[in-house]
Amino acid sequence: MSPEPEKKVRLLVGKVGLDGHDRGAKIIARALRDAGFEVIYTGLHQTPEMVVATALQEDVDGIGLSLLSGAHNTIFPKILRLLGEKEGSDIVVFGGGIIPEEDIPTLKGAGVRQVFTPGASTREVVDWVRANVPPRRR
Amino acid sequence: MKPKNGGRTSTVTSRGRREWEETTLRPGLGKKPERKKEFTTVSSLPIERLYSAEDLKGWDPAARLGFPGEPPFTRGIHPTMYRGRLWTMRQFAGFGSAEDTNRRFHYLLDHGQTGLSVAFDLPTLMGRDSDDPQAEGEVGREGVAIDTLADMEVLFKGIPLDRVSTSMTINAPAAVILAMYLAVAEKQGVSLEQLEGTVQNDILKEYIAQKEWIYPPAPSLRIITDMVAFCTSRVPKWNTISISGYHIREAGSTAAQELAFTLADGIGYVQSCVDAGLDVDEFAPRLSFFFNSHNDFFEEVAKLRAARRVWCAVMRDRFHAKSPRSWVLRTHVQTAGCSLTAQQPINNVVRVTLQALAAVMGGTQSLHTNALDETLALPTEDSARIALRTQQIIAEESGVANTVDPLAGSYFVEALTDRMEQEAWDIIRRIDEMGGIVPAIEQGYPQREIAEAAYLYQRQIDSGEKCVVGVNRYTEGDTQKAATLKIGAEVEPGQVARLKDIRGSRDQERHAKALKRLEQVARTRENLMPAILDAVRAYASVGEICAVLKSVFGAYREGRVSL
Repeated sequence: MSPEPEKKVRLLVGKVGLDGHDRGAKIIARALRDAGFEVIYTGLHQTPEMVVATALQEDVDGIGLSLLSGAHNTIFPKILRLLGEKEGSDIVVFGGGIIPEEDIPTLKGAGVRQVFTPGASTREVVDWVRANVPPRRR
Repeated sequence: MKPKNGGRTSTVTSRGRREWEETTLRPGLGKKPERKKEFTTVSSLPIERLYSAEDLKGWDPAARLGFPGEPPFTRGIHPTMYRGRLWTMRQFAGFGSAEDTNRRFHYLLDHGQTGLSVAFDLPTLMGRDSDDPQAEGEVGREGVAIDTLADMEVLFKGIPLDRVSTSMTINAPAAVILAMYLAVAEKQGVSLEQLEGTVQNDILKEYIAQKEWIYPPAPSLRIITDMVAFCTSRVPKWNTISISGYHIREAGSTAAQELAFTLADGIGYVQSCVDAGLDVDEFAPRLSFFFNSHNDFFEEVAKLRAARRVWCAVMRDRFHAKSPRSWVLRTHVQTAGCSLTAQQPINNVVRVTLQALAAVMGGTQSLHTNALDETLALPTEDSARIALRTQQIIAEESGVANTVDPLAGSYFVEALTDRMEQEAWDIIRRIDEMGGIVPAIEQGYPQREIAEAAYLYQRQIDSGEKCVVGVNRYTEGDTQKAATLKIGAEVEPGQVARLKDIRGSRDQERHAKALKRLEQVARTRENLMPAILDAVRAYASVGEICAVLKSVFGAYREGRVSL
């Protein structure tokens, strides 16, 4: 696999809800950018509707959400549902944060492709995105 | 026992370091090189091989240390420190509904905890009600959900407020939550003069690090100075601002940045209160601090000792406070949540122990020790108890509380304390040049520095340059599972229904009048606290009161975040 794909993969890194913990989101966004992806960071306090609107407007290939608020079981499914309604269901959704192990199967069942928990290295995230987020057919 | 060679000590001092390097160190290094080229603290501050008298040349113990309970308070703020009274063991707790948290409070008090500390949920922290669309999924998750005085009454049910001290971690809506606490005291028949406790009320670090804001900086500071003025005359034992470095560190700052930005925030608050016409010696003794205690033991000890020294100078020399009580930096410490690992979570007990020990050696006034499962979820009853027991073992078994400031005079600790002080002054001066902390925040200076430090640290972990046991070294295939606390799905609808109930049953006329009055006061320079208190008594919700203030003050929006 070539390190620089012909078409740059575009990613949206987002913070949804009232949670202000943005250390992880900013580190991941920067690591992905340094790894050659095009990265848009939403900033704080986004609603699921705002994230989906930005994702479609910016024509991204993947959405990475950082959640440390405990609201993951509400927010991830909502975003996936909105993406489905707006013909964005081929956008790869992944995430990370304070997410208990036992919630992960449910999230994956709902369509979240990967969940990174505390201790995951930026390299793991970058490698996973490289392997699992292809450019969308436009 | 007498040393065998009586003359040896004097030979060692006169011979000097250079000779030791030639005759002993160099051959030693030849045989056995050091483990790495450079040794640094967790914050990447370089650490020398050896500290000796030469590192403290011209160092005057009278000026740099003084005695405990005397300026510059390096050795601690009380003459007897923990020989007189142990630090307050104050475990932060809050989840689910007010009933759930009230039960946990009773549990902690029954197990020997000496003060309460309330964690609120995100909607409350952001000044939003449980039925706000933005609150969906977050009610009662990270702390207790409080909408109206009715919730607060349940939260403190069976807890006489004249017999406990209560710390409340609340910032943007702090004035509202404090007003609710005062109203509960009134209902219990406790006079406001008797109340002891703290509201965090530190909005500046929200813009810098934790990002739970409502209004822009100027009106936020006005609310804070109003509350300080109100408490100074009416609730004299209340700690009005807990100036917090904890969250700055959690956001990824270095120890020195945590120290400097926190003290700079403190300078900002004192300046605002002085500008509002308050007498510095009237309010300054009720300001307190809140620092993080991370993994690097000596760096943390040095940070706390340096903090007291810098603050003493700030209050005495910059603000010309006359009372020594104004010069004292009293602090709470919490062990570093961000240092805990999801991998092999039992190891976190050991991390917390070392961090707590550093806080005690640094002379803290109160301490929260994190539970081993906090990187996974909120603590269970069992993990919360182990965290409390950790403090009790340090206090009652280790012997470290037997003497005041036991590390004083160590070449290393004193050199590092001086270094931390120097670093703090350098950053404070830089912020002064920007026109103070508010312009510095508006220019994104602290935010940028912290993000930079956080990224560097993550890269050091990813590359293995910095070791995290169980994460990038000594890893195990299978993660040890910890049982985690579950917040029931019924909490959110239950809380929403409860709020609806209150909305329907309260005295509508009194409620409307109180909010109207609040809006009028907000448009003047009159103190906001009495109007907020009246609104709270009329069972106005946190969201309603904050919405009224937002309609006058506007909402804060973060500027573009550069990665």
